Amino acid sequence: MIEQQYIDLFETYREVIDQNATEGLNKERDAAFEAFKKWGFPTSKLEDYKQSDISRAFDADLGLNLRNIPIPVNPYDAFKCDVPHLNAHVFFLINDRYYDKTQPDLPLSNGVFVGSLQTFSEKYPRSFSMYYNKIAAADNGVTAYNTMFAQDGFVVYVPENTVVEKPLQLINILRGGVNLNVNRRILLIAEKNADVKLLICDHTVDDVNFVVTQVTEMVAGENAQVEFYELEENSVKVTRISSLYCLQKEQSKVTAAGITLHNGYTRNDYRFRLSGEYAETHVGGLVISDKEQHTDNFAFLDHAVPHCTSNELFKYVLQEKSTGVFCGRILVEKGAQKTEAYQSNRNLCSSEDAHMYAKPQLEIYADDVKCSHGLTTGQLDEDALFYMQARGIPEEEARMLLMVAFTKDVVDMIHIDILHDRLEYLIDKRFRGELLRCGNCNVCK
Amino acid sequence: MENLLEIKNLHVSVEGKEILKGIDLAIKKGEIHAIMGPNGSGKSTLASVIVGNSRFNVTQGSIFFNGKNLLEMKPEDRAREGIFLSFQYPVEIPGVSMVNFMRAAVNEHRKYRGEDPISASDFLKLMRDKREMLGIDSQLVNRSVNEGFSGGEKKKNEIFQMAMLNPKLSILDETDSGLDIDALRIVATGVNKLHTKDDAVIVITHYQRLLDYIKPDVVHVLYNGKIIKTAGPELALELEENGYESLINNAME
Repeated sequence: MIEQQYIDLFETYREVIDQNATEGLNKERDAAFEAFKKWGFPTSKLEDYKQSDISRAFDADLGLNLRNIPIPVNPYDAFKCDVPHLNAHVFFLINDRYYDKTQPDLPLSNGVFVGSLQTFSEKYPRSFSMYYNKIAAADNGVTAYNTMFAQDGFVVYVPENTVVEKPLQLINILRGGVNLNVNRRILLIAEKNADVKLLICDHTVDDVNFVVTQVTEMVAGENAQVEFYELEENSVKVTRISSLYCLQKEQSKVTAAGITLHNGYTRNDYRFRLSGEYAETHVGGLVISDKEQHTDNFAFLDHAVPHCTSNELFKYVLQEKSTGVFCGRILVEKGAQKTEAYQSNRNLCSSEDAHMYAKPQLEIYADDVKCSHGLTTGQLDEDALFYMQARGIPEEEARMLLMVAFTKDVVDMIHIDILHDRLEYLIDKRFRGELLRCGNCNVCK
Repeated sequence: MENLLEIKNLHVSVEGKEILKGIDLAIKKGEIHAIMGPNGSGKSTLASVIVGNSRFNVTQGSIFFNGKNLLEMKPEDRAREGIFLSFQYPVEIPGVSMVNFMRAAVNEHRKYRGEDPISASDFLKLMRDKREMLGIDSQLVNRSVNEGFSGGEKKKNEIFQMAMLNPKLSILDETDSGLDIDALRIVATGVNKLHTKDDAVIVITHYQRLLDYIKPDVVHVLYNGKIIKTAGPELALELEENGYESLINNAME
């Protein structure tokens, strides 16, 4: 059993884990340990993980930096952001640890906390225990695993009636001399009428295998506005298992978009519970992959109450031998009348060896709702290609333009203008195979 | 004077069926040729083959343009040599803006001639000049290529692209279909404004109507894959009067 070595590890090092974390984090470990022993890592025997066997990633000799041995890195030197001039507050996580020499360029609004999960748990114990590990599922093995080992992470806490004007940017940097398991935890709390934008960028520095679990818990309070963007530019040796759990209260609006620009093996869960009336959710995903990259996006929209709206748009451009997986489940619970839930999944397979597995699932227990889903997988439009060639644009260039165009409506979900424009540029570079040779960047070499 | 376009004994088939059965056609600079004929006679096939649509199979014959063997060239190279097709059914390309599309096309033409890319300001000026010359709404060029355009807007957009690329040979494939009289006038006026003694135009049409505006020097009638008659502009009027039938009957005999 693959789990056994991690069960042994946890029991053996429990004291070390606790010593290098805080009481608030440690309190959750016992229950998580029991859940992990019960559920284990998800395997392809489970319907929701049919194309992505998570347990296989852990069937390896992975180190865990439980003693918090400092990894010498100055992210300001090592990292030049792919999204310059964003005019954001920038923060770093080195593996699963908050980089405490982060210097925000401007003081944040009153009462706003952005920083280390450890610090938050000690400074704001009430808020911490109100939210930490309360939104994440208790019955998911990999989430339980993350809770067992999580020692630090990143928190954004925006109190009532507070607007954070500038976007916040968290840069996740993976570093290590040996194959490493990283368990990262993120908490984003936007209380009543709060407004905040967070961009998370994933980067890999070292050429070793990383298995990363990331659990993000997000709460959008009444009438709160949250924009949450993730940009993955990891190396092919990274396995990323990300689970986003979001709880929305009435009239809250959340936009979440994940852009997989470069990766190894990725599984992203987007789990939203719309628990207050007139809540609104927009979820987007864009995957550009080649080589043998694997990307699985799993979206679950739970409409628990009436009058909520959700919109999903997931697009994949699969080249070479890459694999894409999409599962979109919409649950409209009994009594959730006047729900509007729309889902769209469009995929391009540009080679015979590229594979797309797509599965829309609608479960509707209310009778006065508008729900739809659309799914297409195909190739580039040959007529459009010829039309462009007939104007003098070479075939390869025309393909490039059409692929970039295909990604446009997902990119348009992003409301930070500079990020939006920069993404268009990065996507263009990605299709030209230039992304990993950008020259002025030490990170994505 | 040397021929700009020279087609000899052209045979073309699609999915094993022969559509063109020996076409001979020579066009000189400065000329306007009309190709008329009933539906299914092969007019659009001829246009498609000249611009290099790979759905069509050339089984015999040759096409030379400016002394170069066209059949050995990729579609994009034919375009950059100066051939332009105004499509009968212009394609919608969501997500590609007209500006980016035209900039890419103009720069590819320049690159082919060994010139540097056009500067942003020169390009915008070029767009504006051509748009104003043709009387085209600025809205049209701010949208994605043909996306959500009406039939008339699509055809106007074709002529706009023609103006931007300044071709040596323009082929208008049923440009008059689906046009109301005002749009037809704009399109035809545009073509006339763009036409000089250094370029040639092929107008493919069912009807005399377009030829009231664009005056051809030569009219060909294509029927069942062959040119059955070639004459001056009076032929178009004759056809308008009497239809294709008598001509076809004569050809059959």
